[in-house]
Amino acid sequence: MLGPADWVIWALSMFFEASVVVCSLYRKSFRRYFFLNLYMLISFVVSVGTFRVLTQYGRSSLEYRYFYFYSEALLIISLYFALISLYSRVLHEMRVERYLRMGAVLLLAGTACFSYAVVSQSSHRMLTYFVFELCQNLYFVGLVLTYALWGAILKLRETRALLVQLVLSLGVYFSAYAASYAISNLRPDLYSYVYRLFPLMGCLLPLAWAYAIWRVPEGARLVPARLAAVPR
Amino acid sequence: MMAALILVFSVVLLLQFFVSYCRSLIAASAKQALSPEVQDVTGITKTASGEDFARVMQLLQLCPERREDRNSVQAIGAYFSLLNFVRLTVARVVPSTRAWTETERGSCTYFAAVALERRISFSRDMLAQQMDA
Repeated sequence: MLGPADWVIWALSMFFEASVVVCSLYRKSFRRYFFLNLYMLISFVVSVGTFRVLTQYGRSSLEYRYFYFYSEALLIISLYFALISLYSRVLHEMRVERYLRMGAVLLLAGTACFSYAVVSQSSHRMLTYFVFELCQNLYFVGLVLTYALWGAILKLRETRALLVQLVLSLGVYFSAYAASYAISNLRPDLYSYVYRLFPLMGCLLPLAWAYAIWRVPEGARLVPARLAAVPR
Repeated sequence: MMAALILVFSVVLLLQFFVSYCRSLIAASAKQALSPEVQDVTGITKTASGEDFARVMQLLQLCPERREDRNSVQAIGAYFSLLNFVRLTVARVVPSTRAWTETERGSCTYFAAVALERRISFSRDMLAQQMDA
């Protein structure tokens, strides 16, 4: 059964996801950040689905586990495309959108093949292991891509404050998830604890994006070189 | 082995992204000048010191909370704790990081003072609305 804290986190998560879309519509930036909003909409639908599955079957049920991992895979793939759309915005002047799209699809297919190769070597050839492995690898690939994007922002002296905040919050989110999956993989006995952190971490990205879209005007500028943790 | 590598990379990048994200929040408030009232209350005239952070945060908690800045204030609070940790550990071994942490702690205090300024004007607006009603 869910405790009061779980309900609060679940409600907050849905509220923040809806806030991103509402703020985007209000700021007239829905089309500009279409893939980010699409991810939030999918995330909202998944939250509603999670609620239904939880109330019908309970947290410890097999149905909930299957639903959780498959929806997680869907979400991470849509977030991956949101990240690629941020690449397109940063590298817009270079006119490399076509190559970006091709590269993104190839990388996604490559990650899926690699995950399958890892799972097929183990004795448990279950589809859930594949989904778990795919999620972990995609979070890590997403993290590496976000780091490369952050490098490109610094190198190209991108000054759009909103874009910088969207990318940095995505980096925090990807790295937190990749670390959590890696801990679960290293110490499966800790999974029951780490797994409780996922909904809380899931709130962070919509919260940071809603804040950035609401508070940071499209024209606001900053110097990204000053933000780097390691001075450049 | 693979999971251990992913864990190490993820934790390092998490810290790096978190620091940069907090600095991007601070950068937005660094350009904003403090009103004479807030300068009097906080004792910050031009440059802020990390030692004043706890006091400014206490003042901030006395004002009615604004939903819009709750997230950023909490993030900066966590960043300040991280800086304190670095100051007490790494800075003892690498003295050059001490000056950096001091500057960053000062920026956190300035950020809190700007948030205080916003909350005070928010409270004033609320009071004015109540008086009108």
